[in-house]
Amino acid sequence: MTNTETETRFVVMEREVPFPPEKIWRALTQPHLIEEWLMKNDFKPEVHHRFKLSADWGAVDCRVLAVEPNKTLSYTWAAFGLESVVTWTLLPTDKGTQLRMEQSGFRPDQQQAYHGAKGGWQRFFAALEQVLARIE
Amino acid sequence: MPQPHDILFRTLADPTRRAIFERLCRDGDQTVGVLTAQSGVSQPAVSKHLGVLKQAGLVRDRPEGRQTHYSAQLGALAALNDWTSQMAGFWQSRFDQLQDLLKRMDQ
Repeated sequence: MTNTETETRFVVMEREVPFPPEKIWRALTQPHLIEEWLMKNDFKPEVHHRFKLSADWGAVDCRVLAVEPNKTLSYTWAAFGLESVVTWTLLPTDKGTQLRMEQSGFRPDQQQAYHGAKGGWQRFFAALEQVLARIE
Repeated sequence: MPQPHDILFRTLADPTRRAIFERLCRDGDQTVGVLTAQSGVSQPAVSKHLGVLKQAGLVRDRPEGRQTHYSAQLGALAALNDWTSQMAGFWQSRFDQLQDLLKRMDQ
């Protein structure tokens, strides 16, 4: 199987921003900067590091899966009993950076990387899409 | 403050329970007996899962003779769709805030 049908994307955001990847990387990885645009946190750009994002409405439990400075950052995102993966990709362009954020279900390789994941959500959401397609 | 999707996710977080629900989505009405035979857990365990699913509004039971038939309530899943749009809105606003921050940051 070559395609990634088992992966479910919940949200994809893509935007070209007029800043170099290095600057965006700082905003994505330095706790005091993360706090300014996302939430309070104890983030560290280290694979396996567990951190919490907290807001007045609750907290999100995260674990760093991949760090490739100025290129890609990926962490698990567990909230409301649902475990997903948030992946940031930074691609330099003429005008700045193509910034992409994808929140998705687990891929099999990520599932192995994430200890204690309940798993099976991506299969469920694949089934759910079929079900939802049948209802009005 | 629990949200509708919160309850749905919690309810469906259990793999066995989720499998029972998926089965009902796929195959339509089933009795506890049939569901038990396919689930690999005991009948009381299946009944308990069905009770939790029913509380979340995900299944409905219908007595028929001595048997009770269970069916999936697909309408209850609408909250998951709402959740996806909410998340999209959440990230949209965070992107805006991130871009504001980048403008303010020194080089």
